[in-house]
Amino acid sequence: MPPPADFRSQIEALRPYLLRFASLQLRDAAAAEDAVQEALVAALAGESGFAGRANLRTWLTGILKHKIVDTVRRQAREPTLPQEGEDALDDFDALFRRNGHWAERPAGWGEPDGALEQSQFLRALQACLERLPARTAKVFMLREHLGLDTPEICKELAITPTHCWVMLYRARMTLRECLQQTWFGR
Amino acid sequence: MRVLSCKETTRLVSQGLDRELAFGERVALRLHLAICLGCRRAGRQMAYLRRAVRELAEIDLTTGA
Repeated sequence: MPPPADFRSQIEALRPYLLRFASLQLRDAAAAEDAVQEALVAALAGESGFAGRANLRTWLTGILKHKIVDTVRRQAREPTLPQEGEDALDDFDALFRRNGHWAERPAGWGEPDGALEQSQFLRALQACLERLPARTAKVFMLREHLGLDTPEICKELAITPTHCWVMLYRARMTLRECLQQTWFGR
Repeated sequence: MRVLSCKETTRLVSQGLDRELAFGERVALRLHLAICLGCRRAGRQMAYLRRAVRELAEIDLTTGA
């Protein structure tokens, strides 16, 4: 096991990554900072739990995920203004004809995995995420970024599974349209 | 079995990323996807979004490229 000072500096070196990780979910610099701080305090207190058996970043990210979920849970209890347009049920009327078939067939994206290495692409993706309604983005990121399953999301946000699936569907359809327009279809 | 529309198919493909689909749903989905290029593409793209989102924390997007 590394000496404490060394352990502390290794943890500090990961702070920028952890802040980015938390900000993606929380969309709020102060809340992200708090979650990371709580995670680091917990990590330093629980150093023996690490004991070199896992990758340090993976271990810290695991602790941070719990802190982020705590924050999401607290936020969910706070009264919020009604979410404008978010519960409207116009499910992509422009994309589909009346009979439910594509108005215009989606274009192929070729071999898109190469784009994952490009910071320009990741910026485009982030811009698309920022255009999603707040609640939809929150549910989508809990699912795809934090990797929570639907029952966990339902529990934290006090919504039904059906509502959750509808929001995830809208998020995915909106994001693929957005990436088509801003990246793949350019 | 009822034939799925593209709208219903994309909805099921999305749910397939979040829950285990019932046998009947999987069969209906497969039948539709076999004949519909647009839905196959949309499905691949939704799965791709999952991989892409996991890359977001890896690099610092606030500074220059």
